[in-house]
Amino acid sequence: MFLVGAALLHAGTTNLYLRYVKAGLQPLILAAGAVLIVSALTTAWYEWRARNRAKSDQDHAHPEPRISWLLVLPLLALILVAPPALGSYSAVRAGTALQQPYGYMKLPKGDPIPLNLVDYAGRAVYDHGRSFHGRSVSIAGFVALDAKGSPYLVRMALNCCAADAQPVKVALTGKIPPVLQPDAWLQVTGTYTARVTHDPVNNGPIPYLNVTDAKPIPVPSDPYDESWNN
Amino acid sequence: MAVTEKAAPPGPAPHQEHPGRGNRPDQEGWHLNSPLTLTLLLLLVVVFQGPVRGALSTPVMQSWMTVFVAVVVQALPFLVLGVLLSAAIAVFVPPAFFARALPSRPALAVPVAGLAGVVLPGCECASVPVAGALVRRGVTPAAAIAFLLSAPAINPIVLTATAVAFPRNPEMVLARFGGSLLVACAMGWLWQRLGRTDWLRLPAHAHHHGETKGEAFWSSVRHDTMHAGGFLVLGAMAAATLKAVAPAEWLRTAAANPVVAILALSILAVLLSICSEADAFVAASLTQFSLTAKLAFLIVGPMIDLKLFAMQAGTFGRGFALRFAPATFVAAIAGALLTGAVLL
Repeated sequence: MFLVGAALLHAGTTNLYLRYVKAGLQPLILAAGAVLIVSALTTAWYEWRARNRAKSDQDHAHPEPRISWLLVLPLLALILVAPPALGSYSAVRAGTALQQPYGYMKLPKGDPIPLNLVDYAGRAVYDHGRSFHGRSVSIAGFVALDAKGSPYLVRMALNCCAADAQPVKVALTGKIPPVLQPDAWLQVTGTYTARVTHDPVNNGPIPYLNVTDAKPIPVPSDPYDESWNN
Repeated sequence: MAVTEKAAPPGPAPHQEHPGRGNRPDQEGWHLNSPLTLTLLLLLVVVFQGPVRGALSTPVMQSWMTVFVAVVVQALPFLVLGVLLSAAIAVFVPPAFFARALPSRPALAVPVAGLAGVVLPGCECASVPVAGALVRRGVTPAAAIAFLLSAPAINPIVLTATAVAFPRNPEMVLARFGGSLLVACAMGWLWQRLGRTDWLRLPAHAHHHGETKGEAFWSSVRHDTMHAGGFLVLGAMAAATLKAVAPAEWLRTAAANPVVAILALSILAVLLSICSEADAFVAASLTQFSLTAKLAFLIVGPMIDLKLFAMQAGTFGRGFALRFAPATFVAAIAGALLTGAVLL
C-alpha cells in the first residue's frame, strides 16, 4: 500500500502521469498518493502500539484479502515497464474523432503558422481552410500507416485517461519522407488542400495536408491533445 | 483471456499459488509473511526484467498495458476519495443521523437518496464504497442502491461534460439526468419489493469496539482500499483487454439496425468501463449511431460495467452482484428507451 502511494507520487511529480491521464488530474493523484502513504504509516504505527500494549495477543493477524494482491500488478507495470503513451496501433484501429469546433481563434502570425494538429483538422474540414489565406502550417503528431499503407499524422485526444483516448487523423500527401516509421513523431510543414477522405473505420472526415517539409522531433512531454477539456 | 495471462508474467504465477498454499496447513505462515512474499516477488521480477520486457514490447501488449495502467491511475484518486468518505461515514456519523435525514418510508427514501447523488462529485469508483458504508450504517439497501446508481451519472461535473460533448443537442443533458434518476429509483423500488437481505454479504469489518476513532477510521480506509482496489485492478484488466483486441469495425455494421445499435452500444458501455466523466465524449464520437443509442450508452455505462461489477462483487458480495448486474442492465436500457422516446 505504501508502495502504491509512493508510485502514485512518483508518477505525479514526474511527467510520467501525462502518458495515461489528463493534466488536470495531477493534484488528485498527488493527494491520493499522500493519503495512501499516511494510511500505511498509521497502520504500521497502530500495529506497533498494539503489540506493545498486549504482547500476549499473538494471533492478532490482519489477513489482507487475497484480491488485494492484484494491486501489485499495476505497480510492477508502472515501476518496471512504464508503458508508453498510446501510439499508431490504437490509432489505426479507432475511427477519427474530429468534431466541429465551436469557433476559430485568431491564427498566430508567421509563415508557416504553428498549429495544433486537431486545430488544423477542424479548420480544414469545417472551415474549408479559409482562415489560412494560402499560408502554410506546421503541425506535430506521430505517424500511423493504415492497412493499405497510406500515411497519417495522428494525435490522440483524451478527455480523462488513455482508456478514452481517440485519434484525430490528418492524411499526408505531397513530399512525404521516403521512410516512415510508425509511432515516430514528426513536425510537418505543409499547405492546405481541399481534398478530404473518410476514415474506413467510422466514416469520419480526414483532411489532407500537402507536405513540403517533415522533420523528426522528440515525443512531447504531454503526448495527448487536451484541447477538448476546458 | 490469453492476453491477460501473457500480459502479466510477473503477477499471475504467484497469485495462482496462493489458493493452493491456502489449503496447506502452513496458511498462517503465509499470512504473517506477506511483506516477505512481496519482497521476493519484486526481486524475482527485477532479476527477470529482460525477458519480461521482451514479451511486453509487442504493440498489442503495449497498448494493453497503457490502457490498464491508465484506468487504474485514473480511478485510484476517486477510489481514495470514496474510501475516505465512506470511512468518515462509518466512524464519525452516528446512525441516528440517517434515520432523521431520510424519510422513514422506504418508498420515499429511494428518490431522496437518488437525488442526493447530485452532491457526490466524482465518478463511479467513488460511489461504491460510499454506498457500502451507507448500508452498514443502517440506511435501507433500497435507498443506498438508488444512490449508488444515480451518483455517478447525475452529478454536476458529469452533466457539464455531457453538455460540452453534445453542443448541438442540449436535450441530451436533460435526458441523461432524467433517465439515470428514473432507472436508479426503479432499481431501488425493485429491490424493496424483491430484494432479500441475505443476498447482501458485506465483508465483516475489523471489530470497531475498543479502538479509538482515529484507529477505526484508518483501518476502515486501509481495508476498503485494499479490497476495492484489488477488484478495480481486475476490472481494469478486462477493460484493457477489450480495448486492445476487439475490432472497431463491427460497430459500423451494428449501427445500421436501430435495435441492434442500442443493444450494441449498451454492451459496449459495459465492456469499455469508461469513467463517467469522460464517456460523453466517447459517445459523441460514435457519429454513426442514433441519439437514443448514445443515450443508452450514457445511462448504462455509469451504472454497470466490468470494473463496477468487480467492485460491487467485492463490496456487497458475489451473490448480490450476480443478480444486481443483469437487472440493472435491463432496467437501464428500458429507461434509456423510455427517456429517448419522450425527449429525443
